Amino acid sequence: MYSTKYIKPNSTSEALEAIKSMGEGKFLAGGMTLIPTLKQRLASPDGLVDISGCDLDSISDEGDTIKIGAMTKHASVAESGLVNEAIPALAKLADGIGDRQVRNRGTLGGSVANNDPSACYPSAVLALKAIVHTNTRSIEADEFFTGMFETALEENEIIEAISFSKPTKANYVKFPNPASRYAMVGVFVAQFNDGVRVAVTGAGEGGVFRHAEMEAALSSNYNADALSALEISSDGLISDLHASPEYRANLIKEMTKRAVV
Amino acid sequence: MGEISLKLNGKLETKDVADNTLLIDFIREHVGLTGTHVGCDTSQCGACVIHLDGVSVKACTMLAKQAEGSEIVTIEGLADGDELHPMQQAFHENHGLQCGFCTPGMVMSAVEMVTKNKNISEDEIRKGLEGNICRCTGYHNIVQSVKAGAAKMGG
Repeated sequence: MYSTKYIKPNSTSEALEAIKSMGEGKFLAGGMTLIPTLKQRLASPDGLVDISGCDLDSISDEGDTIKIGAMTKHASVAESGLVNEAIPALAKLADGIGDRQVRNRGTLGGSVANNDPSACYPSAVLALKAIVHTNTRSIEADEFFTGMFETALEENEIIEAISFSKPTKANYVKFPNPASRYAMVGVFVAQFNDGVRVAVTGAGEGGVFRHAEMEAALSSNYNADALSALEISSDGLISDLHASPEYRANLIKEMTKRAVV
Repeated sequence: MGEISLKLNGKLETKDVADNTLLIDFIREHVGLTGTHVGCDTSQCGACVIHLDGVSVKACTMLAKQAEGSEIVTIEGLADGDELHPMQQAFHENHGLQCGFCTPGMVMSAVEMVTKNKNISEDEIRKGLEGNICRCTGYHNIVQSVKAGAAKMGG
């Protein structure tokens, strides 16, 4: 790791002051991606601003939504009584991220801000009509993810919390890469009174995306059979050493069928 | 550089470290406790698992500074003098190791998961060990060891 500076402020306003005082600074959340990146010398920030002391670790029931602080760890979401009662699919998703030690350190905000194309959380944000609350504004999920590792976040903007809408029904099913446990394809299906949302992670070259055809099919008939006649296009899907675009297209359909129960 | 203080196996350690020092290097190089291993150094293998304020974490994927003020337990902190921790004893009795390199991480992960779930099932043990890799592939006896350790720990 290159030499760098470490600061741990006690509030988001202090964190913003700290990062502005650095040439090129980075916010450090759980560090499950950033620390390995630094160790491989793929990044060389002048400083790290650890936001774990900024009081962003909380889960609350807000009526139609569950609001989760950005620094809430995956293990806390997985074990949360509130989340398990209101959106069990979200707790299930959190319980399947990485391994036990990753879940003990990794955070919701860190995962969503990074927008790894194979991360699990972005699919829940998109399918559950989430609102991303930052230090300056609230961003709708459909406007938030703008491409692989890209989001609508401006420089020096901090995610403070994310509100997930409570669905009438939801499920998350992923086909994990057996080595990394990242999603080779993960599908989050959520049913609301005004229709069904289907978000796919692990598969798109542009990162997480909604699948309009499957949403239409499931909105008129919430049943795995409703998907049988659909042809899933492999256009724009990731091709790598783990799977071809065609293989991923098949997994999208298969995981969605398994999710619709 | 800057000073950090933390409790390591019950003893207060205060050292000057560079900001980019990893927690694993603090434990092994600065304090000299080499029971916690570095297997892969890429956050995959879990040979470096320790307890940070009671939860298992990979010490190779944290900065020492992030652990300021915390209480850390490493494999050296489990036994009570010459008396092994029940989980260590279970690994010994069930031959829960082959080369032994992954063992410190396996035992630390096992102790945490059993502490939180006394009546742990075999499936839960296997899921709980997903972050620990044994390249001798001796998983069968490791899982048996954790089961036996859980029973000794009051499961």
